[in-house]
Amino acid sequence: MELLTILFEITTGHGLAALGAGVAAIGAGIGVGLIGKAALESMARQPESSDDLRANMILAAALVEGVALFGIIICLLVVLG
Amino acid sequence: MITEFAKRFAIATLIILGGVSLVVAQTESHGEGDHTHDSHDSHDSHDAGHNSLDDGEHGDFVAKDFIIPHIADANEIHFFGDHHNGFSLPLPMIFYVEGKGFDLFMSSEFHGSHETLTATGPNTGTVYIKHPDTGITSKGGESFYDISITKSVFGMMFIMTLLVIMLRSMAKSYSKRPGQAPKGLTNVLEPLVLFVRNDIAVPIIGKHKADKFLPFLLTTFFFIVASNLLGLIPFIGGFNITGTIGVTVVLAFAVFFISTVNGNKAYWGHLFWPPGVPNLVKLLVVPIEVFGMFLKPTVLMIRLTANMTAGHIIILSFVSLVFIFNQNYGEVAGYGMGVFSTLFMIFMYFLELLVAFLQAYVFTLLAAIYFADATQEAHH
Repeated sequence: MELLTILFEITTGHGLAALGAGVAAIGAGIGVGLIGKAALESMARQPESSDDLRANMILAAALVEGVALFGIIICLLVVLG
Repeated sequence: MITEFAKRFAIATLIILGGVSLVVAQTESHGEGDHTHDSHDSHDSHDAGHNSLDDGEHGDFVAKDFIIPHIADANEIHFFGDHHNGFSLPLPMIFYVEGKGFDLFMSSEFHGSHETLTATGPNTGTVYIKHPDTGITSKGGESFYDISITKSVFGMMFIMTLLVIMLRSMAKSYSKRPGQAPKGLTNVLEPLVLFVRNDIAVPIIGKHKADKFLPFLLTTFFFIVASNLLGLIPFIGGFNITGTIGVTVVLAFAVFFISTVNGNKAYWGHLFWPPGVPNLVKLLVVPIEVFGMFLKPTVLMIRLTANMTAGHIIILSFVSLVFIFNQNYGEVAGYGMGVFSTLFMIFMYFLELLVAFLQAYVFTLLAAIYFADATQEAHH
């Protein structure tokens, strides 16, 4: 019963926006994780190119993060709008 | 020696911040208690703290109502307390009423009851009404332009003055002491300037064209870093300059304008008639490319705003947690949460310090990439 109430609260209230924020965070987490993994592997293979890789890693992470932030902004608009 | 100092500093900060957060939590909860009596009718459907899951409304403390005013732009610099017994620095309000002229008065002129505040313009006689939900409107319904110096504008003016003084004194010190090692403030700024030039502008735009764009890149970099850092200083009003969408719109538009004006033949050619693409595919590619031209600065804008605002929201959420726990689970839980929140806030502060530089770096880097795109050499 408790669970049903919570589910009802989620689907009727602003809970969906919170779920959306969570999904956006999952996407960004996977994306940034893959970037970090790839960058670390490349750095381990070629330590001399670390500086170059670091700059590109941050750039790619920023791009991924930008998409996630779009999601967060929409969630915020739902909650506040 | 340094680690010893760092250790002592960390412990002292922890104790001071912990103490402050507890005191604030304590006084704030009293304040909220008084607040309960006059706003109880609006909460008739919620009996106090019966359920922690009702639309984010936890009893009487609503985290949303606490956080949003802190990250939004305001007409005064708010230091502490609420507007009855707090302290805030008033800022000038400037209105232009069409056909009537300008009104100039301080935001402390606004008087009134709990939520609705009114003030009369000294020049035009227009009555301005300020309400947290509707913003500033005029009583007679006349339209007016609001060009007030808000918190963000004030912060930007402060940063601009600071940067002009700092960077000019730095530039002067090079002509004053030629060939000698840098001294004082120059030591801090020189690595940053060299970082923007050697790690962002030159490798991306190219050695010859980099000098043309370097002034803009340096200006944006220092402006964004300074406003991000100003937003992180606690107890001075919580400036959220780069988290204000109007500021980043202008920054992004400047990037768009410069890359469009400097766009060469190869850039426009790739945009509207991409070479080596079959004609039918061009129908698909060209609209996407043109759309992308406008999308790039938009994303630039949203990234900076959202990142800085998100940082502020996270820190304020930890503050809110103290009140929420105090209200829902008793005073002891509030105290406990105070310690926990303080630790996490300190962690978030360090993360935000990193983000302040990272976002300035990312913005400058992407701006440099767009400029490099606009001034690319033809590859054929």
